[in-house]
Amino acid sequence: MFSEGMFSLMGTGLLETLYMTVVSTVMAYLIGLPVGMILVVTDKEGIRPNPTINRIVGSIVNLLRSVPFIILLVAVMPVTRFIAGTTIGSTATVVPLVIAAAPFVARMVESSAKEVDRGVIEASLSMGASTLEVVLKVIIPEAKPSLIVGAAIATTTILGYSAMSGVVGGGGLGDIAIRYGYHRSQTDIMLVMVVILVLLVQIFQEIGNIIARKCDKRIR
Amino acid sequence: MTQTPIIELKNLNKTFGTGEEAVVALDDINISIYPGEIFGIIGLSGAGKSTLVRCMNLLERPTAGSVIFDGTDITSLSDKALRNIRRSIGMIFQSFNLLMQRTALDNVCFPLEIAGVPKKEAKARAKELLKTVGLADKEKAYPAQLSGGQKQRVAIARALATNPKVILCDEATSALDPTTTQSILALLKELNQRLGVTIVIITHEMKVIEQICNRVAIIDKSHIEEMGPVDEVFRHPRTQAAKKLIFPSGDVVEEVTGYGKLLRLVFDGNAANRPIIANMVLKCGSPVNIVFADTKRIDDKIYGHMIVQLPENEEKVRQILTYLDMEEIAYEEEEYDVQ
Ligand SMILES: Nc1ncnc2c1ncn2[C@@H]1O[C@H](COP(=O)(O)OP(=O)(O)OP(=O)(O)O)[C@@H](O)[C@H]1O
Ligand SMILES: [Mg+2]
Repeated sequence: MFSEGMFSLMGTGLLETLYMTVVSTVMAYLIGLPVGMILVVTDKEGIRPNPTINRIVGSIVNLLRSVPFIILLVAVMPVTRFIAGTTIGSTATVVPLVIAAAPFVARMVESSAKEVDRGVIEASLSMGASTLEVVLKVIIPEAKPSLIVGAAIATTTILGYSAMSGVVGGGGLGDIAIRYGYHRSQTDIMLVMVVILVLLVQIFQEIGNIIARKCDKRIR
Repeated sequence: MTQTPIIELKNLNKTFGTGEEAVVALDDINISIYPGEIFGIIGLSGAGKSTLVRCMNLLERPTAGSVIFDGTDITSLSDKALRNIRRSIGMIFQSFNLLMQRTALDNVCFPLEIAGVPKKEAKARAKELLKTVGLADKEKAYPAQLSGGQKQRVAIARALATNPKVILCDEATSALDPTTTQSILALLKELNQRLGVTIVIITHEMKVIEQICNRVAIIDKSHIEEMGPVDEVFRHPRTQAAKKLIFPSGDVVEEVTGYGKLLRLVFDGNAANRPIIANMVLKCGSPVNIVFADTKRIDDKIYGHMIVQLPENEEKVRQILTYLDMEEIAYEEEEYDVQ
């Protein structure tokens, strides 16, 4: 059963999965990082408290986070078709992945940023730093180790979501697992796909932890 | 003083919260701090010290009143103008508040970056400053690799980077051991003398005030209770709050019995090598009850204070007071309930 064709199929699946995961993670951060920072800055304990903005952004984030991914996947199909031109394949899957992951990333970023010592932020304000400077030069660099661990968690979560999209022909390892394992009852292929996915999660998480530890200067 | 103040607080009030939960942290505070002085603000925990000093650079916005820095009321400035003013007011903290992910050198560079100083110039200035605070060899160290005293030195260098006119210190030595405290205070004093930078020191420790301040304000329950030159305020504290701070502890020597007046004697080093109490008892022919004493002998001079209970006989009391006047020992009558 592990014919040459199968290997090349697996290779394609792996590449597709990596492509979806990486592209979606990057795009989710492009949206989630600023949104997370808005949440921190406008918090009532933040440097520019703004209850209105905080509540509106917070509600949107919560709303998107409360929709199960599998439902979101189907529900946003019109949007997906509009952006990607199709609803199947890995590029199309990036659209729902980003919509699902960006609010998740925003919350991860928010919680990392809140770990930054209030005193350090005050010190920088006392030196005349603006809100933007505090965010870019204090909060993000000081929260870097925690942000990196968060990014590893986000990546592995997105990896898991990407496999789920196999149900609707989203491409990647999950797609193969469902097509061969579920529809054709080739359980061994499904098992191999699952093992590869598990390994990928381990690798991403471990890389994240190592980088975070390496760049954290709080440890002697 | 005929000089214009560098910092002037006028009718300052700060209330946290509203309605039932409102906490008045500062109530009608009026303080003028003059260029070049080291001004101390002392008070017990919760008195409002931190709130007061944070109002000086508007980290805390006062509820009412004005904060005048170098002639400008900074409460009415735009954000941008305020950020500019803040570059002239350095601040150091009890918990140092260094950027943990930056080296000592980069921490000192931080305020210069904010001020838009070119990188090369900033680095050179930061190196110079680290040398000034005695940490030339720690440029590349991260805060986690430094001791508390070293961290505070980095924070001082950082506060000095933009050539401020004033440095605010909120409990800057409270997290340090006595020896390190001494060295940090000595450094601040040296910077004050060499650079002429005005220093405002918040503390709950008498020793800090005694060691480097020119003038002191005593804050208690959101009010300024006393203000003046350190030796004056310390020698003749008028209010209960001041006495509590200035005479914090000591040993109760004997129980108070009878109804004789209590007298607090203050020794400020003028009674050298003379057994004052013994002579007083001998000369006046009357025993006194030493209720409480907290005195130290430094260089053969006595510092501190003592509470004695006088005899009930008025004549003897007069003799004792005359003797104390003659010996130039400061004294004042004390109420029964205070130590
Ligand atoms: N952000 C705040 N919200 C509400 N109340 C506050 C706030 N900050 C300070 N207070 C209150 O104001 C009062 C003065 O506090 P402040 O921190 O100025 O005291 P402090 O003299 O610095 O005390 P310590 O020596 O313990 O630091 C306290 O009653 C405190 O509870
Ligand atoms: Mg305080």
